[in-house]
Amino acid sequence: MTQRDPREELVEHLPAMRAFAISLTRNGAIADDMVQDTLVKAWTNIEKFEVGTNMRAWLFTILRNTYYSSRRKAKREVSDVDGVFTENLAEKPAHDGHMQMTDFRRALAKLKDEQREALLLVGASGFSYEEAAEMCGVAVGTIKSRTNRARIRLAELMGHGENDSLEMTDDATMSVLSASKVSSF
Amino acid sequence: MKSNTSADRERVIDENLKRVFDETLEEGIPDRFKDLLKQLQQQDTGKVQ
Repeated sequence: MTQRDPREELVEHLPAMRAFAISLTRNGAIADDMVQDTLVKAWTNIEKFEVGTNMRAWLFTILRNTYYSSRRKAKREVSDVDGVFTENLAEKPAHDGHMQMTDFRRALAKLKDEQREALLLVGASGFSYEEAAEMCGVAVGTIKSRTNRARIRLAELMGHGENDSLEMTDDATMSVLSASKVSSF
Repeated sequence: MKSNTSADRERVIDENLKRVFDETLEEGIPDRFKDLLKQLQQQDTGKVQ
Protein backbone atom coordinates (compact mmCIF):
# COMPACT_ATOMS: atom_id res chain seq x y z
CA MET A 1 0.00 0.00 0.00
CA THR A 2 1.47 3.31 -1.01
CA GLN A 3 0.92 6.08 1.46
CA ARG A 4 -0.41 8.81 -0.70
CA ASP A 5 -0.76 12.33 0.63
CA PRO A 6 -4.54 12.62 1.04
CA ARG A 7 -4.34 16.16 -0.24
CA GLU A 8 -3.56 14.81 -3.68
CA GLU A 9 -6.99 13.27 -3.64
CA LEU A 10 -8.81 16.58 -3.10
CA VAL A 11 -8.82 17.48 -6.76
CA GLU A 12 -10.73 14.31 -7.66
CA HIS A 13 -13.67 15.43 -5.57
CA LEU A 14 -13.83 18.97 -6.91
CA PRO A 15 -16.39 18.39 -9.67
CA ALA A 16 -18.72 16.58 -7.25
CA MET A 17 -18.27 19.33 -4.68
CA ARG A 18 -19.22 21.92 -7.26
CA ALA A 19 -22.26 19.97 -8.36
CA PHE A 20 -23.44 19.66 -4.77
CA ALA A 21 -22.68 23.31 -3.99
CA ILE A 22 -24.46 24.64 -7.06
CA SER A 23 -27.61 22.68 -6.31
CA LEU A 24 -27.46 23.55 -2.64
CA THR A 25 -26.93 27.30 -3.08
CA ARG A 26 -28.77 27.67 -6.39
CA ASN A 27 -26.10 30.11 -7.47
CA GLY A 28 -22.97 29.29 -9.43
CA ALA A 29 -20.85 32.17 -8.14
CA ILE A 30 -21.70 31.62 -4.48
CA ALA A 31 -21.19 27.90 -4.97
CA ASP A 32 -17.69 28.31 -6.35
CA ASP A 33 -16.74 30.67 -3.51
CA MET A 34 -17.93 28.05 -1.06
CA VAL A 35 -16.03 25.30 -2.82
CA GLN A 36 -12.93 27.47 -2.67
CA ASP A 37 -13.37 28.03 1.09
CA THR A 38 -13.91 24.32 1.56
CA LEU A 39 -10.82 23.45 -0.40
CA VAL A 40 -8.65 25.78 1.68
CA LYS A 41 -10.15 24.46 4.92
CA ALA A 42 -9.63 20.89 3.84
CA TRP A 43 -6.08 21.54 2.73
CA THR A 44 -5.08 23.27 5.94
CA ASN A 45 -6.90 20.78 8.18
CA ILE A 46 -5.97 17.65 6.31
CA GLU A 47 -4.62 16.05 9.49
CA LYS A 48 -8.23 15.92 10.72
CA PHE A 49 -9.15 13.65 7.84
CA GLU A 50 -8.97 10.01 8.85
CA VAL A 51 -7.21 8.15 6.08
CA GLY A 52 -9.31 5.24 4.91
CA THR A 53 -12.62 6.98 5.52
CA ASN A 54 -14.77 8.54 2.83
CA MET A 55 -13.08 11.76 1.75
CA ARG A 56 -16.05 12.92 -0.26
CA ALA A 57 -18.27 12.69 2.81
CA TRP A 58 -15.70 14.65 4.79
CA LEU A 59 -15.52 17.36 2.13
CA PHE A 60 -19.28 17.59 1.73
CA THR A 61 -19.58 17.98 5.49
CA ILE A 62 -17.19 20.94 5.42
CA LEU A 63 -19.03 22.33 2.42
CA ARG A 64 -22.46 22.18 4.01
CA ASN A 65 -21.16 23.65 7.27
CA THR A 66 -19.67 26.50 5.25
CA TYR A 67 -23.01 27.00 3.55
CA TYR A 68 -25.10 27.02 6.71
CA SER A 69 -22.78 29.33 8.60
CA SER A 70 -22.63 31.80 5.72
CA ARG A 71 -26.37 31.59 5.34
CA ARG A 72 -26.80 32.47 8.98
CA LYS A 73 -24.53 35.46 8.55
CA ALA A 74 -26.24 36.65 5.42
CA LYS A 75 -29.92 36.28 6.24
CA ARG A 76 -30.66 39.37 4.25
CA GLU A 77 -29.58 37.81 1.00
CA VAL A 78 -31.99 34.96 1.49
CA SER A 79 -34.94 37.26 0.88
CA ASP A 80 -33.66 37.65 -2.67
CA VAL A 81 -33.74 33.94 -3.35
CA ASP A 82 -36.08 34.37 -6.29
CA GLY A 83 -33.84 36.92 -7.93
CA VAL A 84 -30.73 34.88 -7.34
CA PHE A 85 -32.43 31.83 -8.62
CA THR A 86 -33.74 33.45 -11.76
CA GLU A 87 -30.27 34.75 -12.47
CA ASN A 88 -28.85 31.30 -11.98
CA LEU A 89 -31.32 29.84 -14.44
CA ALA A 90 -30.54 32.53 -16.94
CA GLU A 91 -26.89 31.48 -16.84
CA LYS A 92 -27.90 28.04 -17.96
CA PRO A 93 -30.34 28.32 -20.80
CA ALA A 94 -32.02 25.02 -21.47
CA HIS A 95 -30.68 22.89 -24.27
CA ASP A 96 -33.05 21.93 -27.02
CA GLY A 97 -35.45 19.36 -25.76
CA HIS A 98 -34.37 19.83 -22.18
CA MET A 99 -37.02 22.25 -21.16
CA GLN A 100 -38.02 19.93 -18.38
CA MET A 101 -34.64 20.42 -16.74
CA THR A 102 -35.37 24.09 -16.30
CA ASP A 103 -38.60 23.18 -14.58
CA PHE A 104 -36.85 20.59 -12.52
CA ARG A 105 -34.19 23.04 -11.38
CA ARG A 106 -36.83 25.52 -10.47
CA ALA A 107 -38.74 22.95 -8.47
CA LEU A 108 -35.55 21.79 -6.77
CA ALA A 109 -34.75 25.35 -5.77
CA LYS A 110 -38.14 25.70 -4.10
CA LEU A 111 -37.49 22.92 -1.64
CA LYS A 112 -36.48 23.72 1.90
CA ASP A 113 -32.70 23.69 2.24
CA GLU A 114 -32.76 20.68 4.52
CA GLN A 115 -34.93 18.69 2.17
CA ARG A 116 -32.96 19.64 -0.91
CA GLU A 117 -29.75 18.76 0.85
CA ALA A 118 -30.96 15.33 1.90
CA LEU A 119 -32.13 14.60 -1.62
CA LEU A 120 -28.86 15.78 -3.16
CA LEU A 121 -26.82 13.62 -0.83
CA VAL A 122 -28.90 10.48 -1.19
CA GLY A 123 -30.50 10.81 -4.61
CA ALA A 124 -27.71 12.44 -6.59
CA SER A 125 -24.42 11.90 -4.77
CA GLY A 126 -24.93 8.27 -3.93
CA PHE A 127 -24.45 8.49 -0.17
CA SER A 128 -26.28 6.04 2.03
CA TYR A 129 -28.94 7.30 4.44
CA GLU A 130 -26.49 6.53 7.24
CA GLU A 131 -23.68 8.54 5.67
CA ALA A 132 -25.98 11.46 4.95
CA ALA A 133 -27.29 11.39 8.51
CA GLU A 134 -23.79 11.55 9.88
CA MET A 135 -22.85 14.38 7.55
CA CYS A 136 -25.89 16.40 8.56
CA GLY A 137 -25.64 15.52 12.22
CA VAL A 138 -29.18 14.14 12.40
CA ALA A 139 -30.83 10.75 12.84
CA VAL A 140 -31.09 8.34 9.92
CA GLY A 141 -34.89 8.53 10.16
CA THR A 142 -34.71 12.30 9.75
CA ILE A 143 -32.77 11.94 6.52
CA LYS A 144 -35.23 9.35 5.27
CA SER A 145 -38.22 11.55 5.98
CA ARG A 146 -36.54 14.63 4.51
CA THR A 147 -35.72 12.70 1.35
CA ASN A 148 -39.25 11.36 1.10
CA ARG A 149 -40.81 14.75 1.65
CA ALA A 150 -38.44 16.28 -0.87
CA ARG A 151 -39.48 13.74 -3.49
CA ILE A 152 -43.16 14.21 -2.82
CA ARG A 153 -42.83 17.98 -2.96
CA LEU A 154 -40.79 17.83 -6.16
CA ALA A 155 -43.38 15.61 -7.75
CA GLU A 156 -46.07 18.11 -6.77
CA LEU A 157 -44.10 21.04 -8.10
CA MET A 158 -43.38 19.23 -11.34
CA GLY A 159 -47.05 18.46 -11.64
CA HIS A 160 -46.64 14.70 -11.84
CA GLY A 161 -49.95 13.01 -11.84
CA GLU A 162 -50.83 14.67 -15.07
CA ASN A 163 -49.11 12.76 -17.77
CA ASP A 164 -47.46 15.30 -19.99
CA SER A 165 -46.44 17.86 -17.49
CA LEU A 166 -42.79 16.89 -17.63
CA GLU A 167 -42.55 18.50 -21.02
CA MET A 168 -44.41 21.64 -20.24
CA THR A 169 -43.19 24.87 -21.70
CA ASP A 170 -45.06 27.51 -19.84
CA ASP A 171 -44.90 31.27 -19.76
CA ALA A 172 -42.69 31.33 -16.71
CA THR A 173 -40.14 29.11 -18.40
CA MET A 174 -40.17 31.27 -21.47
CA SER A 175 -39.72 34.42 -19.44
CA VAL A 176 -36.75 32.88 -17.68
CA LEU A 177 -35.25 32.00 -21.03
CA SER A 178 -35.70 35.51 -22.35
CA ALA A 179 -34.25 36.83 -19.10
CA SER A 180 -31.13 34.91 -19.98
CA LYS A 181 -30.71 36.97 -23.13
CA VAL A 182 -31.14 40.22 -21.25
CA SER A 183 -28.93 39.51 -18.29
CA SER A 184 -26.05 37.56 -19.73
CA PHE A 185 -22.88 39.68 -20.08
CA MET B 1 -49.60 4.31 -19.43
CA LYS B 2 -48.68 3.17 -15.97
CA SER B 3 -47.84 6.13 -13.85
CA ASN B 4 -47.02 7.54 -10.48
CA THR B 5 -46.15 4.70 -8.25
CA SER B 6 -43.71 6.10 -5.78
CA ALA B 7 -40.97 3.95 -7.28
CA ASP B 8 -41.56 5.55 -10.68
CA ARG B 9 -41.55 8.97 -9.15
CA GLU B 10 -38.34 8.24 -7.33
CA ARG B 11 -36.68 7.01 -10.49
CA VAL B 12 -37.70 10.05 -12.53
CA ILE B 13 -36.57 12.44 -9.82
CA ASP B 14 -33.24 10.72 -9.30
CA GLU B 15 -32.60 10.68 -13.05
CA ASN B 16 -33.24 14.40 -13.17
CA LEU B 17 -31.02 14.99 -10.16
CA LYS B 18 -28.21 13.06 -11.76
CA ARG B 19 -28.61 15.02 -14.95
CA VAL B 20 -28.37 18.29 -13.03
CA PHE B 21 -25.21 16.99 -11.36
CA ASP B 22 -23.74 15.64 -14.58
CA GLU B 23 -23.99 19.03 -16.24
CA THR B 24 -21.62 20.40 -13.63
CA LEU B 25 -19.40 17.34 -13.60
CA GLU B 26 -18.90 17.67 -17.33
CA GLU B 27 -17.55 21.18 -16.86
CA GLY B 28 -14.43 19.64 -15.36
CA ILE B 29 -12.30 21.71 -13.01
CA PRO B 30 -12.30 25.46 -13.54
CA ASP B 31 -8.89 27.13 -13.70
CA ARG B 32 -9.44 29.05 -10.48
CA PHE B 33 -9.36 25.79 -8.54
CA LYS B 34 -6.32 24.46 -10.35
CA ASP B 35 -4.56 27.72 -9.56
CA LEU B 36 -5.67 27.60 -5.95
CA LEU B 37 -4.35 24.08 -5.51
CA LYS B 38 -1.04 25.12 -7.06
CA GLN B 39 -0.87 28.04 -4.63
CA LEU B 40 -1.59 25.81 -1.66
CA GLN B 41 1.08 23.38 -2.77
CA GLN B 42 3.62 26.16 -3.18
CA GLN B 43 2.84 27.57 0.26
CA ASP B 44 3.51 24.19 1.80
CA THR B 45 6.72 23.67 -0.10
CA GLY B 46 7.83 27.08 1.12
CA LYS B 47 7.19 26.09 4.72
CA VAL B 48 9.21 22.92 4.54
CA GLN B 49 12.30 24.50 3.09
